Amino acid sequence: MSVPLEHDYIGLSEASSMERSSDKISSSSSSSTLSTEEEKNNVLNLKETELRLGLPGSESPERKAGFGVSLYGTDSLGPLKNFGSGAKRGFSDAINGSSDKWVFSANGGYEVDLGKGTVLFSPRGGNGGLEKNNTQQCNLPRVPPSKHVEKQTSPANEHASAPAAKAQVVGWPPIRSFRKNAMATNVSKNSDTVEGNPGSGCLYVKVSMDGAPYLRKVDLKNYCNYAELSSALEKMFSCFTLGQCTSGLPGQEGLTESRLMDLLHGSEYVQTYEDKDGDWMLVGDVPWE
Amino acid sequence: MAMGKGYARAYYGTEHATAVQRKSSAHLLISGVSNAYTLEVLRVFGNPILQVLKGLSFESAMVPDPKRCNSCKDSASSRDSPEWTRPSPFPDEVLDRVLSLMESHKDRSSVSLVCKDWYNAERWSRSHVFIGNCYSVSPEIVARRFPNIRSVTLKGKPRFSDFNLVPQNWGADICSWLAVFAAAYPFLEELRLKRMAVSDESLEFIATSFPCFKSLSLLSCDGFSTDGLKSMASHCKNLTELDLQENVMDDLGGGWLSCFPENFVTLEVLNFASLNSDVSFDALEALVTRCKSLRVLKVNKTITLEQLQRLLVRAPQLVELGTGSFQQDLMPRVYAELESAFNNCKNLHTLSGLWEANFLYLPVLYVASAGLTFLNLSYACLRSNELANLVAHCPSLRRLWFAVIIVSKTEVLDTVEDKGLEAVGSSCPLLEELRVFPADPFDQDIVHGVTESGFVAVSRGCRRLHYVLYFCRQMSNAAVATIVQNCPDFTHFRLCIMNPGQPDYLTNEPMDEAFGAVVKTCTKLQRLAVSGLLTDLTFEYIGKYAKNLETLSVAFAGSSDLGMQCVLGGCTKLRKLEIRDCPFGNAALLSGLEKYESMRSLWMSACNVTMNGCRLLAKEMPRLNVEVMKDDESDDSQADKILKIASLETARKQM
Repeated sequence: MSVPLEHDYIGLSEASSMERSSDKISSSSSSSTLSTEEEKNNVLNLKETELRLGLPGSESPERKAGFGVSLYGTDSLGPLKNFGSGAKRGFSDAINGSSDKWVFSANGGYEVDLGKGTVLFSPRGGNGGLEKNNTQQCNLPRVPPSKHVEKQTSPANEHASAPAAKAQVVGWPPIRSFRKNAMATNVSKNSDTVEGNPGSGCLYVKVSMDGAPYLRKVDLKNYCNYAELSSALEKMFSCFTLGQCTSGLPGQEGLTESRLMDLLHGSEYVQTYEDKDGDWMLVGDVPWE
Repeated sequence: MAMGKGYARAYYGTEHATAVQRKSSAHLLISGVSNAYTLEVLRVFGNPILQVLKGLSFESAMVPDPKRCNSCKDSASSRDSPEWTRPSPFPDEVLDRVLSLMESHKDRSSVSLVCKDWYNAERWSRSHVFIGNCYSVSPEIVARRFPNIRSVTLKGKPRFSDFNLVPQNWGADICSWLAVFAAAYPFLEELRLKRMAVSDESLEFIATSFPCFKSLSLLSCDGFSTDGLKSMASHCKNLTELDLQENVMDDLGGGWLSCFPENFVTLEVLNFASLNSDVSFDALEALVTRCKSLRVLKVNKTITLEQLQRLLVRAPQLVELGTGSFQQDLMPRVYAELESAFNNCKNLHTLSGLWEANFLYLPVLYVASAGLTFLNLSYACLRSNELANLVAHCPSLRRLWFAVIIVSKTEVLDTVEDKGLEAVGSSCPLLEELRVFPADPFDQDIVHGVTESGFVAVSRGCRRLHYVLYFCRQMSNAAVATIVQNCPDFTHFRLCIMNPGQPDYLTNEPMDEAFGAVVKTCTKLQRLAVSGLLTDLTFEYIGKYAKNLETLSVAFAGSSDLGMQCVLGGCTKLRKLEIRDCPFGNAALLSGLEKYESMRSLWMSACNVTMNGCRLLAKEMPRLNVEVMKDDESDDSQADKILKIASLETARKQM
């Protein structure tokens, strides 16, 4: 009974089977290290490097098991048996013998933009072959397969077609779970788009001053009365008025005619972006969320 | 325990005096010298034994009584008898005084090997014991040897448990230790635990069994919840330190903080940055107000900037601060108050937290940045330019941790992320330690991270760099060679190229030469973590050159048994070896037989070792704990994970 493996231990993915594609495989002469003819072609063939994980039989017919290709079950593993003749209890045995599925992608290593996610290893059986022939030309990660893959806990999912899910080798990269989880929260928070979201409790309006190179956004909820708003606006736009700004940062000379300084950052340049109305807005007025 | 190796002999001059430190037979005679002079010397200088020897005049050198030597070897625990009035080369008080100033465990170990008298003197005077592996010795043995312990540091699980490679319920439970300690060390004051399993019951036990208990530090532990913290807060009247870092715990709410009694004023260190729940801010503010000795405060991300400002006003004496969330829309007035509060913190040298830091507010830190020596931005996820701006204000920085994110796919590689590091290189010439974490290591959708150029830039500007932990997505042999040439003093070099088995991105060659350069150039190297595509050549280099190496971490590397054999054969000082996913098999495992007893531990997982190999190892080395952890589905003959611990016990008792 083959059970697809879920390598996800952040808990972000839902489905077990994964649709992924590896865009690039660096062409290499590593194919010369492979012991079968088939694999030679596979490595260079981009189509062949497209990886999918699904049930046995669900794969497309032209699919071959190649170097660094995902494995579904015993039927597609034939070619791999030729690997690593030197390995005692080689990778291929592990694959055939176990009921687990091994998922990995052939990855050139530097083209990290894989699109969906990646599990990174290649058959250990390549051990003998790679080393003997030409390690220098090996562009594929010659990596023994990690046995640290987590079990799929809900076999019912194996039939689901996948939204992209992330899969990694267990325990890699070596970062403590606490930090991993904290990072994941941080970054996912940053990736929400929240502008104008009523739930966030802010009310942003655009403010433009004639002659200013960019516009500002102001959260009206920050201010209690017009006086506060007015002084805030004054502060915001004072940098565009020559001779009237006060420099709060040490070591600054204040405005000169030729330089507009960003008071907060003390640099000559500020970050702006163009919004959907075609106005240039200062980056930072609207919180990232 | 090897006893009676002889006395150590004193010589004039320091270079001879260092002979005292060695375990090999050297002889020490300390002539009669007044206590006052000795104590004065001890107080002024560092290493007591060396300085005592320096200060001696040898007018009345005494010859050791040979009879005494022999009887010293024979008598057991002569120190214990109260009527011990045996004449000694120098007064016992001198030795006791010398020992009481000696804190280094290695020094104390050396002292205890000189002779039985010194062994006894040392064991009676030791107040802090460090146990690097909780299974290397039993609590009973510890209690028997050291009667006067006030502070214990214990480390439990193998380091790879941090990365989910160790099964649940593996062990390393503190409770068996606590039971013994409660009887043997009723006056225990301090427990510092790393990777131990700690339950709420254990925490309650600590809180109620040790009336003098002062200091609890839990790093990367698991098994407890905030209920256990409630016990600590409620019962420990003299608590000075509660330090929680990166534990796997159940956060059931922040009510524990409110359990500190109103008359509780002794807290000096409070670190709850890793907890997620809200705490009562009023309780926190009141606590901070009345604990005048508070010097370390690290709050969690539920504490807002405004609240932070109020805390800082109460505790301007803080030396280490962990901010909460640095993301809040501040009224200008509050911004100014925050800046003023930071301005008043004249002693701040460590800053961390800065969760979700909004770059607009970072400038409030500038007023306090000049004195910062440690800046931990690893949860702040700053952009490179923000980092650059911040470090420009931190010229005294010694340690920097950060994580870098990028924002969009269209940002050009190799420029944005590394800019921050370039700024570090130019702004922080005193930098000694750098840790660069990947902000989102598992999101493959965006290209991110730093490259080798950032590291090179830092090495150019920060010549004192000796500790680095660097996660990157590409590296080249040439870059590493440049880096170690710029900074040859590395003691800790941990490089993680995040793609397993990735070669040099410029030449497609293995990264052997990179680590070869590291070990050849950095003669003081104690800790090394390797990554990338590596053949046995890397390990040949390591074995040949890394003579001071104590800890080695290897993953997805090597070509054959030779690699591991080189390391085991060549690295004489090796104490911890952890290996995963490498093609090392039984031959390699068994080549290290003589070595394992002097090592703290060996970990091998997903390698080519079989059960038979393990059995053979266990048979050959009966004093080693050899433990095999098997994944459920794997073949019976394959040993998935092996852990070896040199131990004084015959079997690791599973608690």
